[in-house]
Amino acid sequence: MTRAFVSGNEAFAQGISLCRPAVISAYPITPQTIVVERLSEMVADGKLVSDFIHVESEHSAMSCAIGASAAGVRVFTATSSQGLLYMAECLPYAAGGRFPIVMMNADRSVALPWNIYGDQSDSLSQISSGWIQFYAMNAQEALDMAIMAYRIAEDPSVSIPFMVNLDGFNLTHTYENVDIPAQDAVDGFLPPYKTDNRIDLEEPVNMGFSAGPAYNTLFKMGEHQGMLNAKCAIPAIEDEFFKVFGRGYTGLVEKHRLEDAELVIITLGCVSGLCMDVTDRLREEGVRAGVLRIRYMRPFPDEEVSSALLGAKAVCVLEKDVSFGNAGTVFGEVRSALYGSGCSCTVCNRIAGLGGRDISSDDIRCIFEELRDGPSDVRFIGGQTS
Amino acid sequence: MTEKRIEIIWYGRGGQGAFTAARIVGAAYALSREDRYAMAFPSFGPERRGAPVKAFTKLSQAPINDRSQVSSPDFSLYLDEGLFPRRPPEQGMALVNSRENFGLDGVISFDASGLAQSVLGAPITNTAMAGALGALVEGLDVRSLGIGIEACMPARLRQKNLAVMEKAYAEMEACT
Repeated sequence: MTRAFVSGNEAFAQGISLCRPAVISAYPITPQTIVVERLSEMVADGKLVSDFIHVESEHSAMSCAIGASAAGVRVFTATSSQGLLYMAECLPYAAGGRFPIVMMNADRSVALPWNIYGDQSDSLSQISSGWIQFYAMNAQEALDMAIMAYRIAEDPSVSIPFMVNLDGFNLTHTYENVDIPAQDAVDGFLPPYKTDNRIDLEEPVNMGFSAGPAYNTLFKMGEHQGMLNAKCAIPAIEDEFFKVFGRGYTGLVEKHRLEDAELVIITLGCVSGLCMDVTDRLREEGVRAGVLRIRYMRPFPDEEVSSALLGAKAVCVLEKDVSFGNAGTVFGEVRSALYGSGCSCTVCNRIAGLGGRDISSDDIRCIFEELRDGPSDVRFIGGQTS
Repeated sequence: MTEKRIEIIWYGRGGQGAFTAARIVGAAYALSREDRYAMAFPSFGPERRGAPVKAFTKLSQAPINDRSQVSSPDFSLYLDEGLFPRRPPEQGMALVNSRENFGLDGVISFDASGLAQSVLGAPITNTAMAGALGALVEGLDVRSLGIGIEACMPARLRQKNLAVMEKAYAEMEACT
């Protein structure tokens, strides 16, 4: 294990390198660029043996990843924002083909207006693409998830591609402490990828086929079941990870001081850390505050969310996206999980951090203040110019 | 939240190395002892040479969760004196790269440009300012700043920048 002071992108590149992907297909886009730049340096320096394929677009990056995965090898790609949207056609292709590709997405605003800064509009628009979606809180967790993502995606009961989301700039470009595991420990935890779901000249199979009305539902049900199976695989693989590396994780959600919490913020990504800090301060002032961090948007932690909120009085879903004409995407998912669950809390939605707008501890404090009145409205934070 | 956290804002112009300085100080603190944590980030956006930029460093003895920009700095460092507003800082202390004594409360002048010019042959002041700051902050010293420079600068730049940092540290220590 080595301690380093690196950015989220650099930490993630280190994590991917330790997983020894045989193929990396990449097209650069801010704020993702550094992760593939670092990997290309490792390949050029001979520190990582991998076919690094420069493609002409994100659509090709994903098509290339699908082709390589269909040849039965471990694959990595990364993108962000417009790039994710450009490869959107290929996302369900990878999922339907049950190819356990791991992709890093640097969460960024989508145009127009043109904006290179962080929010979660890109990935949250793709929650139904059939990919597992994870949202990291810090660089250490991002690195560790690079390693666990392959184990989860490649688990025979799952076989689903895995998107690890890092908040653009706030996580991808922020330097912080990271412990980098040793290669032999990762080799022990993550064996080489082996699958029957591949092109094989000895035993040829039909791949990428069509399935008409008679069989289509069967395939889609299989895909859905693979995603549901991930709910069991995730905690089991985290337990194993803890035994090898000594860092524990908490499954589909992370609960912070929820045991007797009345006022709760539900959020995702690295702003969760700030919410937890503010919660600790409010606790010292006698406020029964808590945070529920959604780690996975897919599979969605419906039972974990509703059981965690049984004692809550007022809840705010804080997210960096809006589904125009309705509300934040996460808000809709949370309310749906709460319906009929026996929770009696109010639920409001605060849409913040759009286009990279800073979210301050005062913003979080204000939300907790508002929660005392039990609001259930949808509101933007930061609509005023400054 | 009882532990002391030190928060720093670096003011500079694109190309002056403000963000590198922010990283050097963060790495110095985080990598020199087991129980130390740091965070460093720039004011995000397209990089333009000469345009005013900000960078941030946070130092703590506990893991840092707050990624928001620093609003109440313990130290404000001005790599370019033209960016210094010539008034006492509202919070903490200001360290300005200047030969001028401003005579303002909480403001220290340090001729980082002169020092950098004499050692590096160029007025690139980030390691001089990092060294001067080191003399003012508990948990930073010549050894830890050396680790920071090692972690954040390419090998060809290290030796001279180590010399700049050490001189700046010694000069500032002698003043305080």
